[in-house]
Amino acid sequence: MLKAEKLFYSYDNGEKKIEAVLDNLNLNIKKGEFVAVLGHNGCGKSTLAKHFNGLLTPLGGNVYVSGINTKDEDKIWEIRRQVGMVFQNPDNQIVANVVEEDVAFAPENLGIPSAEIRQRVDEALKTVDMYHYRKHAPHLLSGGQKQRVAIAGAIAMRPECIVMDEPTAMLDPMGRAEVMETILKLKARENMTVVLITHYMDEAAQADRVIVMDDGHIVIDDVPRKVFSQVELLKSLGLDVPQVTELAYELNSSGIEIDYDVLTVTECADKIMDYVRSVKSGN
Amino acid sequence: MAIKIENLDYIYMPGSPFEKKALDNINLQIDDGEFVGLIGHTGSGKSTLVQHLNGLLKPHSGNVIINGYSTDTKGEELKRLRCDVGLVFQYPEHQLFEETVYKDIAFGPQNLGLSKEEIDVRVRDAARCVGLPEDVLDKSPFDLSGGQKRRVAIAGVISMRPNVLVLDEPTAGLDPAGREAILSQIKSIYDEGNMTVILVSHSMEDVARLVKRLIVMNEGKVFADGTVEEVFSRGAELRNIGLNVPQVNILFDELVSRGMDINSNVYTVEAAKRELLAYFEKVKEGKENA
Amino acid sequence: MLKDITLGQYFPIESFLHKLDPRTKILIFILDIVIIFMAQTAVSYAVLIGFTFLLMLISRVPVKMYIKGLKPILYIIIFTAILNLFLTDGRDLPVFGYSIGITVEGAIVAVKMAVRLVLLIIASSALTYTTSPMALTDGIEKLLKPLSRIGFPSHELAMMMSIAIKFVPTLIEETDKIIKAQKARGASFDTGSIFKRAKALIPMLVPLFISAFRRADDLAIAMESRCYTGGDGRTRLREIKFTRTDLIGALAFLVIFAGVIAIDIVF
Repeated sequence: MLKAEKLFYSYDNGEKKIEAVLDNLNLNIKKGEFVAVLGHNGCGKSTLAKHFNGLLTPLGGNVYVSGINTKDEDKIWEIRRQVGMVFQNPDNQIVANVVEEDVAFAPENLGIPSAEIRQRVDEALKTVDMYHYRKHAPHLLSGGQKQRVAIAGAIAMRPECIVMDEPTAMLDPMGRAEVMETILKLKARENMTVVLITHYMDEAAQADRVIVMDDGHIVIDDVPRKVFSQVELLKSLGLDVPQVTELAYELNSSGIEIDYDVLTVTECADKIMDYVRSVKSGN
Repeated sequence: MAIKIENLDYIYMPGSPFEKKALDNINLQIDDGEFVGLIGHTGSGKSTLVQHLNGLLKPHSGNVIINGYSTDTKGEELKRLRCDVGLVFQYPEHQLFEETVYKDIAFGPQNLGLSKEEIDVRVRDAARCVGLPEDVLDKSPFDLSGGQKRRVAIAGVISMRPNVLVLDEPTAGLDPAGREAILSQIKSIYDEGNMTVILVSHSMEDVARLVKRLIVMNEGKVFADGTVEEVFSRGAELRNIGLNVPQVNILFDELVSRGMDINSNVYTVEAAKRELLAYFEKVKEGKENA
Repeated sequence: MLKDITLGQYFPIESFLHKLDPRTKILIFILDIVIIFMAQTAVSYAVLIGFTFLLMLISRVPVKMYIKGLKPILYIIIFTAILNLFLTDGRDLPVFGYSIGITVEGAIVAVKMAVRLVLLIIASSALTYTTSPMALTDGIEKLLKPLSRIGFPSHELAMMMSIAIKFVPTLIEETDKIIKAQKARGASFDTGSIFKRAKALIPMLVPLFISAFRRADDLAIAMESRCYTGGDGRTRLREIKFTRTDLIGALAFLVIFAGVIAIDIVF
């Protein structure tokens, strides 16, 4: 679905040459995968995201979307249609003053007939559970609701894939939960390919696959369980691990025989109970 | 310096279709040198409350008394109040405007009409306080990284030498390392001992590790007020009002419900580890004794 | 307060006025303005006032909203009325037997101007309350379309207008926040000489501009990501169509306007 080959990119602001932001990066994301991308600020995550819909084109290597090279200028709008983007600040990506008119923006640009736009808008709003608010003014909505409208605006293009660049960074816990719920629903119902860039480890833990970036490279690329069990490495990259993983890891390094590839509260509680039982039974 | 809030009511946009009781009969006292966490989700009234502390908003009824003086005042007295209570807004870096970091930090002291020498002392001291190296002072604030900009903005308030420092969501939008750095900086500012610090946040995880006292707001009212332990003993209620309780706190509730005899008022990984190790020891001993 | 400005706000309900083609509404609005300023006699004013009440009624927007829209303009209305009252030459109009420099003509002009301004504001409120900004700009775009043949950027203009309207509440909120933040650093925006006050605006304006540019940048990227390529080949969620309802509406209004002109000529 999304493929980067030997991708190289650097920003050149004239006076001082900045080092490579993306350096010889290879990545292949399959249809229907939910991939979380982690990394501290400035590691190149956002730059990578902008390559997936041709907002940026590689200075070296290639990026393919459904087999189309993003350097192919004739196909740029097809690429943009296939890859929906959601950005960090909900206020800065909503174009219209009424929710449904904003969701209609992309289909309008694609020249889709009115009747079908109506159908797509209603469908998209129902998917993100904002249909009830279709006549509302966006600036009166909560952060989480605005972001769901932005997601609806992207899926109204009927894309193959959605790339989200820190969509929850400006939200409160409730808003974040709303957005995560929407993402998981999209994946489950529409088999949508999702790329989620985030700073929140609990969000990444819900993905199928986690990519950790540092300095323009991919450092780790694995299932969340395997990624978060590398507690020391993640901390050295300026990242966190979920508290329960850290706790299990800490217990383990204090000599308690307990696995620390745990991601959820339930898993962690299971492991602890297992350990207690094993102590009690004397093994 | 004591903050005393008595029967405070505040109505948002009165007389309009959006009218809402933002603060409803708030009574609070915060003493000198306290380190307080003020928690609540968006719209709980916490930001409205802190804007009352330096007179940016005036109560519709009730009183806010800072160090014996009401915030319902004007002119010079209001100016003094503004420098008594330093307020750092959310995303404070969005308020930077000067050509150099130095000038921006000096903006507050200049408004106070201080001498050039005094301003210089204060700017350098504030910069040190937030961990900004000297050579940054001559740079443009707009060339700095996000975390650095935020430090500059915080220094811009600290340079007013407030007795009370209020920070509204100081870690919003930062990455984990940035969050960690700002929080430990705030801790060290508090530890210098000159200021009462009020940390406003919706992240329990961040706040719980630092502060001694927690005030939880919900729907314009004080929902809980007490030591961190006391407040977290109501973990389930906090989750019900839309706050995210630290994961280990949820874990301990779960373990207790599965029959483990442990103290569930745990909210940091470190405390959780200590508590569990002690429990494991007890289990082992119990087995040996049997 | 900045937040009290209601002009340009859309009131999303269903009504006859809401259903009309924005072009019809814009044209009726323009015609209404012309007629308001042409009207001379008391009778034609009475008809126009009646027409305005009719507008308010069929818009189904609460009267309270219209009154709110008038509030910010109230001082301007009073100010112009007083100016007219005293500065118009004519026969002296004594008040309680004393001459205080008011003329009969002045009083008439003052009342006329006040009525005109009130009617004008209500008419424009009726237009914006019943027409979403998108539809409004769509209407303007379509009306200006013939001009685009001679290179007039009708789509770009309309898009700019609608985005500007969209960002008004956001920027008002932002301004409010920046003012508060600078006040917290001891800045004062309302004391001192005019020169001092103008200088005091810098700490507010610089962050506001920076933020506006940042927003514009973000928005451009977001629009491009949603396949925006300008006006060509764009379709609409609601294709604006001139329907029978529009015809009926337009005709009804034209009859009223013709009536006003006729009255003026006859009397």
